[in-house]
Amino acid sequence: MTVLILAEHDGKQIKKATRQAVTAAAAWNAPIHLVVLGHELQAVTAEAAAIAGVSEVICVDAPALAHALAEDVAALLLDLAPKYQVILAPYSAAAKNALPRVAALLDVAMISDVISISAPATYIRPTYAGSVLTTVESSDAVQVLTVRASSFDAAANGPAANIVDHAALAALSSQNQARFVSATHTISDRPELASARVVVTGGRPLETRFDAILNPLAAKLGAAIGATRAAVDAGFAPNDLQVGQTGTVVAPELYIAAGVSGAAQHLAGMKDSKVIVAINLDPDAAIFQVADFGLVADLFEAVPELTAALVAE
Amino acid sequence: MKVLVAVKRVVDYNIRPRIKADGSDVDIAGVKMSINPFDEIAIEEALRLKERGVVTEIVAVTIGTAACQDVLRHALAMGADRVILLESDLELQPLGVAKLLKAIVDKEQPGLIILGKQAIDDDAGQTGQMLAALMHAGQGAFASSITVADGEAVVVREVDGGTETVALKLPAVITADLRLNEPRFVKLPNLMMAKKKPIETIAASDLGVNAEPRLKLLKAAEPAERKAGIKVANVAELVSKLREAGAI
Repeated sequence: MTVLILAEHDGKQIKKATRQAVTAAAAWNAPIHLVVLGHELQAVTAEAAAIAGVSEVICVDAPALAHALAEDVAALLLDLAPKYQVILAPYSAAAKNALPRVAALLDVAMISDVISISAPATYIRPTYAGSVLTTVESSDAVQVLTVRASSFDAAANGPAANIVDHAALAALSSQNQARFVSATHTISDRPELASARVVVTGGRPLETRFDAILNPLAAKLGAAIGATRAAVDAGFAPNDLQVGQTGTVVAPELYIAAGVSGAAQHLAGMKDSKVIVAINLDPDAAIFQVADFGLVADLFEAVPELTAALVAE
Repeated sequence: MKVLVAVKRVVDYNIRPRIKADGSDVDIAGVKMSINPFDEIAIEEALRLKERGVVTEIVAVTIGTAACQDVLRHALAMGADRVILLESDLELQPLGVAKLLKAIVDKEQPGLIILGKQAIDDDAGQTGQMLAALMHAGQGAFASSITVADGEAVVVREVDGGTETVALKLPAVITADLRLNEPRFVKLPNLMMAKKKPIETIAASDLGVNAEPRLKLLKAAEPAERKAGIKVANVAELVSKLREAGAI
C-alpha cells in the first residue's frame, strides 16, 4: 500500500499544511509519495523531497498548470491513482475543489476535513460547524480524504526523497471544460492565516478602523490577521481573512479576538487554538466561554494599549 | 436556458444539534428543519439570472422523504418555476446524491446547475464537484459572482489568499459561497401560493442509480469543552498572564 499526498504550495515554497498532511499520512505505516503540480517547480520539488517520511516526489511541471484548474488536477490524480490506496491533501481551497472530483471519478466516498485517523479507514471529522465530532468508517478500496492541517504536527526534514518527473502527464491537462481567466491575490507580508503561530482577529465593531487597530498589534506579534464573517460581510475585511466553519480553520499558539462575539460558526474555526484571548465590551459575549483570558474593555483603547505594552517587552 | 438548483433539508442553522443518548447519531426528531442556507443562496442566484434574462426556467430538486417537500415549497415561494422531489429513504451521502442528481440532469438537460457550496449538517462540501465530475463538466466551486454570456459561465471563486476567475463551458456546475448574494425574504402570500403548486415526485429507486451510503457512521460525540478561563482586569494583567503562559 502507498499513500499519495497532493502537495500544497504557492509556487515558491511548500506550505506548512503539506508537512502536516505528511504526519497525518503516517497513520497508514506505508510509503508516502507527494505529487507537486504547477509550473517552474524546482525549488518546491526540492523542498518537498526533503520532508522526512516522504519516499518519492512526483513533479508535474507545465505552463498549463501554473493556475491548476480542478478539472486538470483531478485528471492528473486519476491518472496516478491506480498505484495508490490512499489519496489525501490538506483541507485547502484547492483540495476542496479537486479531491471530490477525484473521488467521484474513482467511484469512492470522500472524507472531508479529517481531524484524526483512528485506524487505517476510520476517521474523526467535525460536522454541524464543529458542534459534533463524527467517527466514520470507509469500506472503499481507495481512501480519498482531506485533513485539517492544524490537527497534525508538521513533519520536519529528513533524508532526501527520490524525485520523479512526470511532465508527460501534463498532456492530460486540457480538459476543455474550464478556462483560467485571472486571479487576484492579496499581497501580504504577514504569515498565512491557516498556519500562523499567532492570529489576531477582529469583529464588526472595528468598522473602518479594522486595519488601523489590528495591523500594529499583528506586526508586533508577527501574527496573521483574521476577521469574523460579520466583519467580512460588512466589507471591513476581505473574504480570505474569514475565520470559521465556512472560512479558514485555525489553531495557532495564540489567538486574540477583538470585538468578536463568538458565534458558533466562528468558534468552529478557532476553538482549537492553544491560548485564546478575548477583548470585548460585552461581558456576556459567547467568546468569553472559550477564552483563556478575557478582558471586558473597549477594544479601541485596549488593543492599542496591548500593542504599546508589547513595545515595552 | 434552464437552471437546476439542488437543495438540501437540514437542521435549522439556529438550532444546536443534540446527540442521541447512545451516541449513534445526531438526534433530529422534532427538531426545526430548514433549507440549507447555501442552497438558498443558490436559488437566489438562479432568480437573479432569470431576472437578467439569462435563465428562462428554474427547477429546484431535493432528495429525501416526503418531509423534504417543505424546502421545495420554500424554493417555490422564492420563485422557482418547478420542483422535483426524488423520494428516497436511504441515508444520503455526497457521492450517492451526486449520482442521483446526474440522473436528473440527464433527464432535464439544464444549461447550468447551482448548489450550495456545502450543507451545514455534514459540512462535506463535495456534492457539486462530484456532480461536475460525473457530468464531465466544468465546475466553479465557492462562487462569489456569476456572469453568463456566449455559452460560458464566468465565475469568480473564493480561494485561499484571494479570488480566481474561471470560464466554464455550459453545461457547468457552480457552488454558491456566502458572498454570492443575499437571499430575498419570502413573503407570506408567496408561501401560501407555493402550497398550491404541484411537486413532481420521482422514486429515486426508479432511476437505476446505486446511491447506497459508502461511509458507516460509527459514533457521534460532542467535542471536549474548553475549560473556562479567567477574566483579567486590565491590559497589564493580560500581558503578565500571557507571559506566564508562554504565549508571548
